[in-house]
Amino acid sequence: MFVVLAVLIMLSSLATVMTKSIVRAATYLLFVLLGTAGLYFLMGYTFLGSVQVMVYAGGIIVLYVFSILLTEGAKDESFKRKAKDASWGFLLSLVGFVAFLSVVLTHQFKSEVLGGPSESASAVTTISSIGHGMLSSGEGGYLLPFEAVSVLLLACIVGALIIARKR
Amino acid sequence: MIQIEYLLVVSAVMMFAGVFGFLTRRSTLAILLSVELMLNATDLNFAVFNRMLYPEGYEGYFFALFSIAISAAESAIAIAIMINIYRMVKNIQAGELEQMKW
Repeated sequence: MFVVLAVLIMLSSLATVMTKSIVRAATYLLFVLLGTAGLYFLMGYTFLGSVQVMVYAGGIIVLYVFSILLTEGAKDESFKRKAKDASWGFLLSLVGFVAFLSVVLTHQFKSEVLGGPSESASAVTTISSIGHGMLSSGEGGYLLPFEAVSVLLLACIVGALIIARKR
Repeated sequence: MIQIEYLLVVSAVMMFAGVFGFLTRRSTLAILLSVELMLNATDLNFAVFNRMLYPEGYEGYFFALFSIAISAAESAIAIAIMINIYRMVKNIQAGELEQMKW
């Protein structure tokens, strides 16, 4: 299961940046996000996976497809990249990738291996403990970021309406 | 049996595909798609480190949740700006947007 999801994620994320059509890029991004939600489910984080599916796959991708169709549509001719820019960007990201891999693969993590569902991981991420963590202001509580995110979302709604309104 | 390195390699491929797209795309909407790829890779890393190194904690879990909310807000604002720019100049190629104000 993990191999299927990993291959899907890696191939789709490469296809997102390689494809010529921007609508296809959004569709491949949808597959990447759904595969990531599958990885969350595999790790036992059910609520995080559902949030990923609802917000990312259900909300953001739909918003992107709408805005693509509202602006430049499926026009492809202005979408090509110059070969010089592409080779420089490829070189830079390849250097970063190799540096990251060399650090990760030589570091000795004191981690467990992901087998079946874990007791301790599922005990702290039940819906009730997430709700208590989200709304408690004490030790390990996330009330302040929760309220900050709600103010941010309100400001974002008002700001998006003001920016995109008809004048 | 899945080691932590396998999950980190998956998110590294996602992250650097996003970096490549961010550096080379011409259309601003495609640049935004690449930013979403990078944000998604960081969310995956938060959840992976939480699950594999500290399975009894939930800090990375909450960071991933809040990060998803913030990236939703970011893409909504950015898409509003794109639509406004397209209405003004009929074009959203990154190389041809040279003025801040019309």
